[in-house]
Amino acid sequence: MNMLAWILRRDLLLAMRRKSDVLTTLFFFVIMVSLFPLGVGPEPQLLKAMGPGVLWVAALLASMLSLGRLFAADYADGTLEQMLLCPESLALIVLAKAAVHWLASELPLVLMAPLLGLQFGLPGDALWVLTLSLLLGTPVLSLVGAIGASLTLGLRGGGVLVSLLVLPLYIPVLIFGAGAVDASTSGLGAGGHLSILGALLVLALLATPKAVAAALHISLE
Amino acid sequence: MFEATRLECMRGDSRLFSEVGFLLEPGGLLNVRGANGSGKSSLLRMLCGLILPEAGEIRWNGVNIRHSHDYKRALTYLGHLNGIKEELSGLENLRINCGLAGFDISEEAAIDALERIGLDGREHLPVNVLSQGQRRRVMLARLLVARTPLWILDEPLVALDADAIGLMRSLFELHLENGGMLIMTTHQELEIAAGTTQEIRLSS
Repeated sequence: MNMLAWILRRDLLLAMRRKSDVLTTLFFFVIMVSLFPLGVGPEPQLLKAMGPGVLWVAALLASMLSLGRLFAADYADGTLEQMLLCPESLALIVLAKAAVHWLASELPLVLMAPLLGLQFGLPGDALWVLTLSLLLGTPVLSLVGAIGASLTLGLRGGGVLVSLLVLPLYIPVLIFGAGAVDASTSGLGAGGHLSILGALLVLALLATPKAVAAALHISLE
Repeated sequence: MFEATRLECMRGDSRLFSEVGFLLEPGGLLNVRGANGSGKSSLLRMLCGLILPEAGEIRWNGVNIRHSHDYKRALTYLGHLNGIKEELSGLENLRINCGLAGFDISEEAAIDALERIGLDGREHLPVNVLSQGQRRRVMLARLLVARTPLWILDEPLVALDADAIGLMRSLFELHLENGGMLIMTTHQELEIAAGTTQEIRLSS
């Protein structure tokens, strides 16, 4: 088995042993989205208009919750140090770790989103577009978030700092993600928005692993 | 051959050490000594490539370790952090750590190594129920299966009992007799009857 397979296996095993982490992120997402209809009242037009934005913002915030775990535990127990000494390229290791983070923390949200969209009275087409936009957009959140998580390693109050660093970088994903659903409900077609999300994903896949690897080297000096 | 010349280390504004150098041949043991805070751990981390030296150069077989392709495959570094995951069992930790270091070991080999280091019957327990000394043993079990020529060990004997220290000593001797190299720090006196020993003393 090669080294990346070991990383994937290790992180998946850890995610399975710490199910509560996965579930807290998911329930945060569910509760936060469910609070909005209760707070603003049951007016169908209003809910329909707000739905995509609320779901996307909740997904951003829920992903912030799990970012702290991406490297912090490995940093504290010395396994991150060992990863830096691994003969495999650190950028590829980062990519593998981000992939598992997405599988464990973001994919459950994506799968839950259409169900929550029903609360806002979104039509069937819009629910499809919503799921698709989240599928394309959430990996970008994991990858960009990894930059923030790696830069704040070992800092006190790092969690808040990560939010301040990373949330502004999430804005393009939010605009095109929520925009895709809006475009679909207003009959314009979501193709353009989804293409841009796809382009953002490719860009993040190419650019972020190297940046994270550099940040990890600095954090561990 | 492992070689360092005129290394200098800065932490913040203060100079921890300077003009540190050595030449280590196969079968060579280097003891790094010094008081607490004199920079022993920093020197070892520098030799691994985790810290960049302020000045000086570290070469593995004549190539600077920053440009060497095979240095990371030749190195086993065990620091003062255990580098094991609390939620995983000793067996999983050992196999994963070896896999990440670039060599796969079978489950039987891993169980055998854990038994030899005194963890028989506890291979499948999550590490967080083990004692401090047993956690160190999980980490050190890697040395029983590692085929790497260069070992850099930061306080390997901490929290170990007399039996385990004896086992470590014979392991170090075997490693040196087989032409391995060993760099370590320890506050305990450890008589090693193999290889050639040299010493670096860091003063603060």
